Amino acid sequence: MKIIILGCGRAGSITARMLSEAGHDVTIIDFNADAFRRLGNLPEVTEVVGSGIDLDVLRRAGIENADVFIAVTNGDNTNIMSTQIAKNEFGVARCVARMYDPSRAQAYREMGIQTLCTPLLAAGLLRDYVLEQEWGKITDYIEPLLPEGEGA
Amino acid sequence: MYVIIVGGGKVGYYLSKELMNQDYELLLMEKDRNRLAFLQSELGEVAFHGDGAEIQYMEAAGFRRADVVVAVTGDDEDNLVVCQVAKWHFNVPRVLARVNDPANQPIFQKLGVAETVNSTRLIYNLLEQSIETDEVVPLAALQKGDIEIVEVHVGPKSKVAGKRIDALDLPDRSLIITMLRNGEARIPQADTVLAVDDTLVAIVEEAQEEKLAAVFA
Repeated sequence: MKIIILGCGRAGSITARMLSEAGHDVTIIDFNADAFRRLGNLPEVTEVVGSGIDLDVLRRAGIENADVFIAVTNGDNTNIMSTQIAKNEFGVARCVARMYDPSRAQAYREMGIQTLCTPLLAAGLLRDYVLEQEWGKITDYIEPLLPEGEGA
Repeated sequence: MYVIIVGGGKVGYYLSKELMNQDYELLLMEKDRNRLAFLQSELGEVAFHGDGAEIQYMEAAGFRRADVVVAVTGDDEDNLVVCQVAKWHFNVPRVLARVNDPANQPIFQKLGVAETVNSTRLIYNLLEQSIETDEVVPLAALQKGDIEIVEVHVGPKSKVAGKRIDALDLPDRSLIITMLRNGEARIPQADTVLAVDDTLVAIVEEAQEEKLAAVFA
């Protein structure tokens, strides 16, 4: 698969490494070239410097042929906007926006956009750890994935 | 009418100042505490602390009963989210976004935020106006219907000088709405006779613009 990841922070760089090691064609975008240091030595991953809401930058990253778009910058709104561009402007089949704000994640989920609210996941796991409960299923912590074709 | 402005930078601040003098109920949202202190000292209780893209703050600010929401922060992604959530989550009847990068204007439209203002585009249009003569100059684009308000100048060689308005072969989807003669605005009638140096303001469908220009050439 051709996968584009927006944001080379911790989540983005680790996801890039994992998917690249799984044999996929990964391109990562960040507006700060220094951020790519987090990738370490990973020559198979293509690096693109620029803004993730700039159409030219997205084109340079090869979005027109991408199968998957993942937005993991530290800005919820940037993630939401770029994900919608990937879906609506370029027709990328599977897109997901990582979100920090649970209520905004829920609101966009209701609008049909696939969001992944990681603080909810962390909070649920922490609760279970403190209360000495067994880990639950992932959907005990966050909303399930939207059905294929519906998720933006 | 209840108007909420999101973003207390220069645009939001001056816009609030203007609207405060009208009879609008107004709220200006700003998330930065330091900036908020300035806004409150200048505008009083109209300035409200909160992130205009965060549902809890939006709820507290009264988005549910807002008639108009205007997003004028310096970041396009923030303006988009404010308007989308206002429109789809809070059912605000009218949302208006400032777009900083002109390339984002069509994207906002595609993503459900049709009414946008872009200062770069406005200045560009003004420049275009000062460069082009004897041609149709776009004054404003009415985005929803691909209809433009344009200005047409009657040049010294124009074939319409001396003709009555009802004798002009105007394109179907166009209408002359006003006329400027010697710096004075007039409402032109069917029997008004055009003269050199008259300026007409018309609304026209974008696709008919060239045809309109040809009439006045």
